[in-house]
Formats: sequence, C-alpha cells, structure tokens
Amino acid sequence: MATLESPPPGTPSAMTNAFGTVLSALILLLIGVLAFSIRLFSVIKYESVIHEFDPYFNYRVTQFLSKNGIYEFWNWFDDRTWYPLGRVIGGTVYPGLTLTAGTIWWALNAINIPLSVETVCVFTAPVFSAFASWATYLLTKEVKGSGAGLAAAALLAMVPSYISRSVAGSYDNEAVAIFALIFTFYLYIKTLNTGSLFYATLNAIAYFYMVCSWGGYTFIINLIPMHVLLCIVTGRYSPRLYIAYAPLVVLGTLLAALVPVVGFNAVLTSEHFASFLVFIIIHVVALVYYIKGILSPKMFKVAVTLVVSIGLAVCLIVVAVLVALVASSPTGGWSGRSLSLLDPTYASKYIPIIASVSEHQPPTWPSYFMDINVLAFLVPAGIIACFSPLSDASSFVVLYIVMSVYFSGVMVRLMLVLAPAACIMSGIALSQAFDVFTASIKYQLGRSANSKDDAEDNTSTNNAPKDDSSSGKTDKGEEVAKERPSKKGKKKEREPADKPSVKSKILKKRALVLPLEASIVALLLLIMLGAFYVIHCVWAAAEAYSAPSIVLTSQSRDGLHVFDDFRESYAWLSHNTDVDDKVASWWDYGYQTTAMANRTVIVDNNTWNNTHIATVGTAMSSPEKAAWEIFNSLDVKYVLVVFGGLIGYPSDDINKFLWMVRIGGGVFPHIKEADYLRDGNYRIDSEATPTMLNCLMYKLSYYRFVETDGKGYDRVRRTEIGKKNFKLTHFEEVFTSHHWMVRIYKLKPQKNRIRGRAKKLKLKTSSGLDSKPAKKNPWI
Amino acid sequence: MMNLSRSVALISLFLLPLLSFSFSVDNPTDRRVLVLLDDLSLKSSHSIFFNTLKSRGFDLDFKLAEDSKLALQRYGQYLYDGLIIFAPSTERFGGSLDSKSIADFVDSGRDLILSADTSASDLIRGISLECGVDFDEDSSAMVIDHSSFSVSDVDGDHTLIAADDLVKSHAILGKTKIEAPVLFRGVAHSLNPTNNLVLKVLSASPSAYSANPSSKLSSPPQLTGSAISLVSVMQARNNARVVISGSLQLFSDKLFRSGVQKAGSPNKYEKSGNEQFVTELSKWVFHERGHLKAGSLVHHRVGETDEPAIYRIKDDLEFSVEILEWSGKRWEPYVADDVQVQFYMMSPYVLKTLSTDKKGLFHTSFKVPDVYGVFQFKVEYEKLGYTTLSLSKQIPVRPYRHNEYERFIPTAYPYYGACFTTMAGFFVFSFVYLYHK
Repeated sequence: MATLESPPPGTPSAMTNAFGTVLSALILLLIGVLAFSIRLFSVIKYESVIHEFDPYFNYRVTQFLSKNGIYEFWNWFDDRTWYPLGRVIGGTVYPGLTLTAGTIWWALNAINIPLSVETVCVFTAPVFSAFASWATYLLTKEVKGSGAGLAAAALLAMVPSYISRSVAGSYDNEAVAIFALIFTFYLYIKTLNTGSLFYATLNAIAYFYMVCSWGGYTFIINLIPMHVLLCIVTGRYSPRLYIAYAPLVVLGTLLAALVPVVGFNAVLTSEHFASFLVFIIIHVVALVYYIKGILSPKMFKVAVTLVVSIGLAVCLIVVAVLVALVASSPTGGWSGRSLSLLDPTYASKYIPIIASVSEHQPPTWPSYFMDINVLAFLVPAGIIACFSPLSDASSFVVLYIVMSVYFSGVMVRLMLVLAPAACIMSGIALSQAFDVFTASIKYQLGRSANSKDDAEDNTSTNNAPKDDSSSGKTDKGEEVAKERPSKKGKKKEREPADKPSVKSKILKKRALVLPLEASIVALLLLIMLGAFYVIHCVWAAAEAYSAPSIVLTSQSRDGLHVFDDFRESYAWLSHNTDVDDKVASWWDYGYQTTAMANRTVIVDNNTWNNTHIATVGTAMSSPEKAAWEIFNSLDVKYVLVVFGGLIGYPSDDINKFLWMVRIGGGVFPHIKEADYLRDGNYRIDSEATPTMLNCLMYKLSYYRFVETDGKGYDRVRRTEIGKKNFKLTHFEEVFTSHHWMVRIYKLKPQKNRIRGRAKKLKLKTSSGLDSKPAKKNPWI
Repeated sequence: MMNLSRSVALISLFLLPLLSFSFSVDNPTDRRVLVLLDDLSLKSSHSIFFNTLKSRGFDLDFKLAEDSKLALQRYGQYLYDGLIIFAPSTERFGGSLDSKSIADFVDSGRDLILSADTSASDLIRGISLECGVDFDEDSSAMVIDHSSFSVSDVDGDHTLIAADDLVKSHAILGKTKIEAPVLFRGVAHSLNPTNNLVLKVLSASPSAYSANPSSKLSSPPQLTGSAISLVSVMQARNNARVVISGSLQLFSDKLFRSGVQKAGSPNKYEKSGNEQFVTELSKWVFHERGHLKAGSLVHHRVGETDEPAIYRIKDDLEFSVEILEWSGKRWEPYVADDVQVQFYMMSPYVLKTLSTDKKGLFHTSFKVPDVYGVFQFKVEYEKLGYTTLSLSKQIPVRPYRHNEYERFIPTAYPYYGACFTTMAGFFVFSFVYLYHK
C-alpha cells in the first residue's frame, strides 16, 4: 500500500501543496464565518432572545451554574418545577451544553469581556455550528480527501435542517451535540485510518463530551459497533480496527457512566448492549488472527475448529445472560423513545406522551426537501462514489447515511442526524463530479494539462473509474497480507490507507474523459444546483427557522404585527403573583413559566412523570368543579391556557387538547377520548359533545370569547364556537393578554359559607359549592 | 375646663383607633353590636338578655328594622362587629340593608344572631338559607311535641317545648352543665347533614314534628323527630359565627324567668335553662370562648435553632407551634392533647400528635422521610366549637448531595482490592513482558 510516498518538499508540487493548504484553511475560515453569520437572522430580524421552550430551561440552568458553581449545579434540587415532587436537575440533565456555555461565559469574564449569560447562551449554537462544519471537513477529508471535505463543510454550514436547531437563541442540546457527533465520528475514522492509540483516546473523550451533551449518543454507540461488525464480516478486520474500537468501548463506557444522568444505564440498558457484544466478537476475531499468525496453516485448521467452538460457546452464554437480563424488564430494557425508534408504531400505541410531541412524529416528504433540499439528490451519487473503492472509512459513511435515513423517517427530530451524513455524501458527490468534469476539460484543452493533474492531487480525491473494482480487491488482499508486519511496525502504518493507491491509478483517468461541451454544461448545471441550494438555505435561515416562537410576527396589509403575548403574560405573572404561587398549565409552557415568570409549575417539558402530566391533563378535561378539586389538591393558584382563536395561532391548547385527554385517560380511565369526539371528529362548534363543551379547557379558552365579535368565531378552527355565554363558578379570569393568546385564571377560594338546600325560595339561583369538603378528593 | 376637654379629646384620639379596630386579630371579642328589632317593645320584653350583654361590655345599638337610616358600613368600614336580628316578621330592611349585605357582613368575619319565629318573613328565611339553615317551608308551622312539652303550656297544643337535647361541647355551652330544660316555642328548621359548617345546638326530641297547630294534619309532616333543629350555630370558614334560633321567645324575659317541668318527668325546676343557654351561646357567638390563634410554625434541625431553607432526606427535625385561646379578656395558653402536624406532600408522610408544655407551645420531633420533594408542615385543627386552625408552611426536601454518600462501603472492600491488585498485576506483567529477555 504505502508504495508511493508523497513528493519530497521543495518540488513544485510541494509548493502547490502548501498553497492548497493555505487556500483550504482560508476557505474553512470563511465557511466558519458563513456558518456563524447565516444563523444570525433571528437576532437581526427579532432580537437577541432565547427561543422556544427547552432553551429556556437550559438558559435557567446555565444561569444557576454561573451563579452557584459546578458543585451546586451537580446537586441542584429544583423545587420550582414538578410541584410537589421537585426535580433533581443535576442528576437528570445532560450537562454538556450548560457546562460549555458556562465555561465560555466564565472564560470571557476572566479576560474581562463582560457578556451576560443570556448573550453567551444565544450565540453558543452559531459558534458550535462553525465548529461542526470544521469537524465535517475533517471527517470527509479522512474519507475522500480535502476537496470533498471542503464541499461537505460548506454544505453543512448552511444545511436548513441543522440551521433549524442552531439559529442564534436556539440554545438546545443539539446545538453542541451535532458538533460532538461529527467530531467523534471523525476521530473514529482517524483512528481507523491511522491505528493510533492517541486518536483512540481522543475519540473516547469526544464520545464522553457527546454523552454529556445529548441523549443521541446512543446513535454513536450503536453505529460504531455496527460498522466494526460490518468490517469484520466483510473481512476487513485489522489491528487498526481493534485500536479504533476496543479503547472506545472501555474508556467510553467508563466515562459515560460518570455522567449522572446516564450512570449505570451505560451498562444496564439495551441501547448499549450492541457495543459489548461487538466488543466480545472483535476479541474473538483478534484471537483468531493472532493464532493464525503463529500457527502453520495445518495446525491453524485444527485450532480454528477449537477456538471457534469455544468462542461460540462463550458468546452463546453471554447472549443468554443478556437475553435473560433483558427479558426480566417489561420493556425489554429499552427506553420508550428508543423503542419508538425501533418500532415506529410503539409510541402511538402505548405512550401518548411521546407521540404527542410534534418533533417525535414521522416527517412528511416535503420536510425532506425543506430540510436537506438538493442534498437529497446528491446523496445517491455520493454513496456510489463511496463504493469506488470501498474503504473502511467510506463504508462507515455509507452505514451512517443508511441508518440516519431510517431514523429520520421515524422521528422528524432525527433529520438533524441525517443532515451531516447527507452533507458528507453530497460533498463527496460534488467534489467527485467537479473532479471528473474539470479533469475532462483540462484533458480536452490539451494533453499537456495531464502533467499538471498531479498537482491537483493534493486534494487526493478519488477519481478512480467505476470499472476499477479490482483495486478494492487488491487493497483487501494487501491488507490481509500486511497483517503480520503491521503488528510490529504500527507507526509506519500511519499513512492513510487509500491515498497512495489512488495516485497510482491516475493514468487510468483517461477512461473517464468526457466531451468538452458536456463537461462544461454539466459543470454549469452543478453550479446552478449549488446556487439553488444556497438560495434555499438563506431563505430557510431568514424566513422559516429564525422565528423565536416566543415572539410572533405577521405581515399584513397594514404593516407588521408583533405578538408578544407570551412575554407579556409571564411578566404579569412575575409582577402580580406571590413568589410561591403555583401555576398550572399544559407542560409545553412549564419551562418558560419557571424561567421567565419564576413561578412554580406543576409539569414542564421534561416529561419524566407521566402520572403527574396525566393529572393535569385530567384536570383540563374535567368539568369545572372536578378540575378545581384536582388543582386545589396540588395547591395550584393560577391556571394558564394558551388560546389562538382570536388571532389564528394554531398551536394553542385547544388543538393540543386531545393529547391531554389521551394522556389523562391513559392513567385515569374515567376520561374517555370518545366522549370528546362527535362521530370521531374533534369539533368545538355547536355539534360538539356536552363533555367537550363542559370541560375546563373549553371553558377557560372560550370564556367571554363571544364578547370579542358577538359571534364567537374561532379563526383557528374556522367555526363558531358551540357554547357562547357561560359563567365560571370555580375560576375567575385575572389576566388575558393583548391578543388573547394567553389567559390566566385564578382558582376561587372555597365559599365561606355553605348554603342551605331549600329549592322553593326564589331568591337565589346560583348554587354554591357542594358540601363535600374539598380536601377529601380522590387525587391524593 | 379647657384642659379637661383637651385631655378628653386627646384620650379619645388615642381611643379612636382602638375603637375602630376593636374587632381584630388581637381582640376577637365583638364590642359594637347592632340590634335590629321589628318592634321596640322587644327591648323591654327581652331586657334580661340585652342587659347581660351590656354587663359584659357590649355596646348595643337598637334600631328598628325598617329604619331608613340603617347601614352596616360607612366609607367601606363596618360600623359594627356583631349583629342581632330580632325582627322575624320584617319583609324589607330599611336603608341599604338586605340579605346580601348581611351575608357580606358574615363573610367579613363578623358575627350574627338571628331569630326567626312562626310566620317568619322570606327575608329572614333567605338570610338563614345563606347560612345553611332551612326553615320549614310552611310559614304557619310550629314545632309540636306531645311527649316532651312543658307542663306549663297552658294552651294545650303542646307547642311550648321543654328541650334538653343540647350539644355536648364545653366550647359552645360552657363548662357548667345546663340542668333545666330549655323552653322553646317557634318554628323548626333542618340542616343539610353533609354541611360540616352548621351544627345543631338544641335539637328536638324524637317525638317532635313540625305542623300548623291550629289545623288538622292532612299529610304527614315533612320535618319530624330529631331531624328538627331548634337552635343551630354556623361557623363559617373564616370563623365568623352565626346563631340561628327558631324562636324569638327563647330570648324573652318571660321564658327566662318561668319555671319548667317537662311532661312525664318528675323533675321540676324553678327557672328554665333559657338564661344560661342563651348567655353561654352568646359568649360563644361573640368570640368570648372557643377562639384559638396560632403563632407561626417553627421548625429546625435537631441541635440547631435557625430555620433551614431546605431539608435533606432523613434529617432529624424539631417542630413547634404556639396555640393560644382567647378567654374573653386575654390570650391564655391552649391545652389539648389532640393537635397533630402532618408532613405532607400530596398525602401525609408523617402524622404526629403534638405534645404540649401547658404554656401554649406544642412541639414534636421526627425524622424527614426518605422521599424528596416539596413538603408542607400542616396543622389542620378542627375541633367542635373552636375556631378552625389551618396552617401550612412549605419546605423542600432534597436528596443527598454527591459527597454525602459513604465514601467507602465495607462490603465493597474485596472489589477495591480486586481493582488495585489487577492494576498492580498488569503493571508487573507489562514490565516483565517488555524487559524480560
């Protein structure tokens, strides 16, 4: 393999090499600037503000960290969420993002750059997307050379799917996790290519950072073993593979167990078992190769039967133990989210709380076009390019894209994992295509250009023709032959396995020469494709994904409308209620309420306790009195509902209501979904069922709504509401925001007196509280 | 003279705030009482009752119920602490008074004595209905009892009842037992048994029923037996107290003074129990008895004195609360052995009876349960005749910190040993393997 050394320094080729390096460094810098600046649309168009829901929690945690230090953060017991259960934040949160931003903040302060925590949080995601594109460059460079690397990095810098999760202000785990993911893959490939224990250790540390950052680390710890298994099965086992894999499992698992939220899960749950199984297999395989090396072929045949049978027996025992362990757990040791990945219908059948989250739904076809755009067309070309020839690294990338396509099909959120793979593939495809076309043009323009081609090869792109399938085979043969020497001379093996072999085939390029006109036209088309991608990405970044969702805008004939109702009402809560008051709302608004209004909430977006959420769902689906009793037993003072009927804001509580019913009914069977549906249709007009019209959510949403236009026309459901004039007996309206998007109600106190029950006296009409003392209720 | 008037003015200046805030947390006994009468002659016919009130320091303001200047409050301030309505036949109050303003008066924590009588007006019935008392709907009906009537009942229709079925509560009726039966002539009422705020103080005997004595019974009476309440009290959730009586004569001098002998009973009493009953009841209703107040809930770790912001699971803590009882003049220590504290998170995790030091301090100590969350110390004290105490204080309980677990567990020593021997063994092995020729 290492037959051709790179040219010695001093030659013109080396000069071009140096020039190429500087150029690519400059390009990388520009890509970083592009990745950062394309994500600033949200700050420019709106303001420097934290977005959505989860980022508010992360922001609050970061504030706590910067104020109280890491040990307090680790031991933080938060008594302002999940009242009255509380939540041990330190042990249930992936600390990577928080620690990253906290460290950045601390470092900036240490060098006298006094940025606020919020500013640091807002800009963490753009900064890390620049890192992620550099990591993509490194990874793709390992696979197909730096030309492909630059293309992939440029694509990733502006891929809409990633932008959607990393615009300025989108301060969520994925912001740093995607960088960690790509970087871990890069280090794995780097180790695989070099066989260096140094990179293997770095790889374990990068994996640790990934575990700290995001629950998606299970993707790594399953994908890498799958790749190792693939390599072994296809006869590509090498000591480099062993170096790349074995330290990662041992160190990585130990490090992962250090993260409080993972802890013993790193060795107990099924998500991690694949890595252990492959760990055993790779040792068995290594042993086989070792024995093969020290024995004569005859003896080896005897030994093979012996070792294989023993190995199989050991494996069987281990598998049996694992199966027994797994079978003893009701869900087979898988977490609900993982199960819904394996069986896409699982969540909708058993866990409505997972199914209710929009980002856990399967994506629609347009969302692929929206999120990865032209990459969807380039990916197949990239896959083909990876097969010519297939190396360890390129097989990994192929496996990566295959798996991520599957996962993205299950959950729209995992488009994010697909995006880097698609960028890498497309980068490879683009770079290969450019290579072929420019080479053809050069060849056609003059034979003399051929000699200059060597210079271009600092990119070491693989332009091997497709008919060159024999090269893969020879590679393999060489590798196998090299097994024994490599054991002693590992250091010599540092050179990437593929580069030299590629260069040796430059002469064959002629087979792939295309006509000049065709090349030029194809080149132009490719550039147009790229331009289209850029235009789409900029549009997506500017229009589709920059809205912070806490502030809404709408463009109409008479100018721009800003809907700042959320912050208005959180500010109202923080100024007009007691510090220890409890606010009940559907869990979507939990993080924002604690972060912005600093009030205790019953449930929030960390949906760890299904029963507690079901209790709130039941209260929202119950008639007023029953709801009052549930809320009162939870010491709730205020109930917050989000209502979009007046201005046509579609993601309001009425549209989420069926999930409340389902989740509530999952725990408290007296809530039945059918009671809220008329002939299977969810409706709120006069045809709606009495249960629907009398439930708390309906009443709190539409209370006094008829006063707005006299008809009660709901602009989201596009119908007149069913019940227009009604009074609230157990709740009183205390606040309704400017556009009626947020309505806050207060629980009325118990009546001071209990009225008698004489009916004939015509003096009174309203009925008082039932005589049953409210403290005795079935919810406690 | 100038000096004197100035000093009087000065004194009244000091007294003014005292007067206007006389009904307060610190002094729960009512002072200024408005008495509404439908006939001023009641003032003399019920003089004993009014005089006992006056002698206990109450400032009675007699007004006709139709008086057009009637007002309970002026400039948003209540003028009275208590209200006595002896106007059963009044259809409309004068001034701004109506049943709603009286209900508001009660809801503001002030007290009410209401007496109906036969042919009570809808207004009076409406007020009592607001308080959870249903008078017999037949306005001409009276309580009739053919077995426990008073032998002095000259009319012979057995409507003057000698009732002795009193509620057993020292807080409401005082420590001295009322020996003589209480004479009652009036209308029956009933209570909703699920209503836990109202209470029968004087019940009719099982043989009583409610009907019009002058006409024949055409259908079975609706109210019979001990379901009939003669005098009831209501303590609202804000501890406002209300007495509702079905008989105005119950309070009259005539029945106070008359002797009583219950039919079929050999015991003959010189004096009916009315005076003692009414006096004791008025002491209760005007908060001269049975009024408790609690200081704040105090808790701290054993061995410390400051209240922590958060407890850890399995902490040992001490809890105490001071409860005082109003004696009519001053706060005195409350003594009881049934005050309990709950350590509560959706349900009580700890329920302990507090022990008292007889000086009003109730205390206990317990271990925080092995559950973290936001707990509450809760004292819910509801005792018959006493004001309801409902106190709670929120306190979070956290799990162990990372460094509060045991560092080395004795049972794990073999594993520690295995760890270090493996490391040492590996080191030796590597050394030997690398450098041994």
